[in-house]
Amino acid sequence: MLRAGCLFDFPDLFSQVRGVRQDTTVIRTEAKEFGAASGSPAGAPRAGTAVEIRGLRHSYGELTTLAGVDLEVPHAGVLGLVGPSGCGKSTLLELVCGLREPSAGVLEVYGARDATSRLASCAFMPQRDVLLPWLSALDNAALAPRNRGARRRQARTEAAALFERFGLAGFERALPKELSGGMRQRVAFLRTLLSRKPVLALDEPFASLDAITRAEMQAWLASALDADPHTVVLVTHDVEEALYLADRVVVLSARPARVVDELAAPAPRAAGRDAAVTDPQFVALRERAMAALREGTR
Amino acid sequence: MKPPWRLSRDMDGKSAKRPATLGRLAPPFLVLALLIGGWQLAASTGAIADALSLEPFLVPSPAEIATSLWEDRVLLAENAWVTLKVVLLGFFCAVAVGFVFAAALHLSEALRRAFYPLLVASQTIPIVVIAPILMIWFGFGIGPKLAIVALICFFPITVNTIDGLRSVDPEAVKMMRGLDASRSQIFCRLEAPTALPYFFSGAKVAVAVAVIAAVFGEWASSDSGAAAGLGDLIFEDLARLETARIFAATAVLSAIAIALFGLIAIAERRVVRWR
Repeated sequence: MLRAGCLFDFPDLFSQVRGVRQDTTVIRTEAKEFGAASGSPAGAPRAGTAVEIRGLRHSYGELTTLAGVDLEVPHAGVLGLVGPSGCGKSTLLELVCGLREPSAGVLEVYGARDATSRLASCAFMPQRDVLLPWLSALDNAALAPRNRGARRRQARTEAAALFERFGLAGFERALPKELSGGMRQRVAFLRTLLSRKPVLALDEPFASLDAITRAEMQAWLASALDADPHTVVLVTHDVEEALYLADRVVVLSARPARVVDELAAPAPRAAGRDAAVTDPQFVALRERAMAALREGTR
Repeated sequence: MKPPWRLSRDMDGKSAKRPATLGRLAPPFLVLALLIGGWQLAASTGAIADALSLEPFLVPSPAEIATSLWEDRVLLAENAWVTLKVVLLGFFCAVAVGFVFAAALHLSEALRRAFYPLLVASQTIPIVVIAPILMIWFGFGIGPKLAIVALICFFPITVNTIDGLRSVDPEAVKMMRGLDASRSQIFCRLEAPTALPYFFSGAKVAVAVAVIAAVFGEWASSDSGAAAGLGDLIFEDLARLETARIFAATAVLSAIAIALFGLIAIAERRVVRWR
């Protein structure tokens, strides 16, 4: 029986240390294989344009958040969206996923315009991990199959097959509060992936992590995406993260958001994160993106 | 290797931050002992009776109350059982109705606007007025007593549960929608579990007032049967000036309320394990 919260401080620390170790040793090698088991997303593969946005406008009452945004994400492309805080990046992501309706403009996901079809193609990963605290790590990851009507045992089997490759082996029955930040984020990502949708919409997936864990998670996600390509829209305020993970980075201005600059990301992700982010070309692009951000906030 | 989440449970109860059982129980018992001791002294010397200008037999000492508890144990137990049945049945009615009502008001904005004022109004009716009226309408069976207990318990349960259902993290709702959850799946897998701790808070408040409500119900029915509940016994003893037994019956009522409160707290800890 659980009585006092303070009793869990020590074990929490313990699992954190263990979690970080796994970040560095196991995950980089094993993440490469996860695509094989996760299968190809439903509805994919379809060549051509995955997400098309033309003249997209959105406002909350009087407040205009998006003032005519044009974007295109090819199938299996990774688009990074960077912009100052509160510029409407997250709103744009929710629009793409069909969680909101635009005020004007064209918004298509694999050719579908209505919100329900967009939602059917996009897996949304919110900013915080929002793991349900009463479910074990395994049951949290298995939410998507459960919602699709799978039996508990079947859904668990589906999720458990990926636990080891996500560096989560042995933590199937742990409650979210017993996991480290990096592990929670991996459970959240696994949960998103198991929705088996062609587009992954990631809203600041690593914003809540400490610097070291964040760098490790970025490297892990990069290798995961190399192994199992998905169409990804990645919202972040971290320019380096966007340039490292995405093939193309779009810099948005302060609210109302418009596109200030668009950059093609340079180095192949597989080269390793440390090598990639210190590459002179990468550094030059980072400076250009920073300049665009500064220009956009003026 | 022992998985870490097992380790956390093994450590439960042995933490240095938790004082020993004796250390935790000592202060409340000390306070209680001092109070009872002081009362015993004041009552047996006649100090209270003198101060209030009363006959000494009207001010029973704790020893006399204890004697009454022992001598009338069969009578008290019979009546306590009757009251306990009313409390439990009324409470469970309130739990069922309260949860369904809270869910309905949560799921429908129109229903919430229509019924929320009525919900609040139901608590503004003085129970001493409604209790006799219910007796007149529905007779002297167990029904009206259950209705009174349920009416009193219903409010804290419903209001707390509605608050709990509304406290759901909007990001979590988006997450569930992104995972193709239907409205009913969002309710069952996200909103209802989120509301559980709130529901238990409401239930704890409800069970404490349920005992008071049961006493009112029994008072209003003023049954002439053999065992008509502790409330009935208290009001009969009031007429007979059996003050020691009044206190004894009150002590039993308190014990019932505390025991039920404790049971709900235990149930809460078992169910809401993630806190």
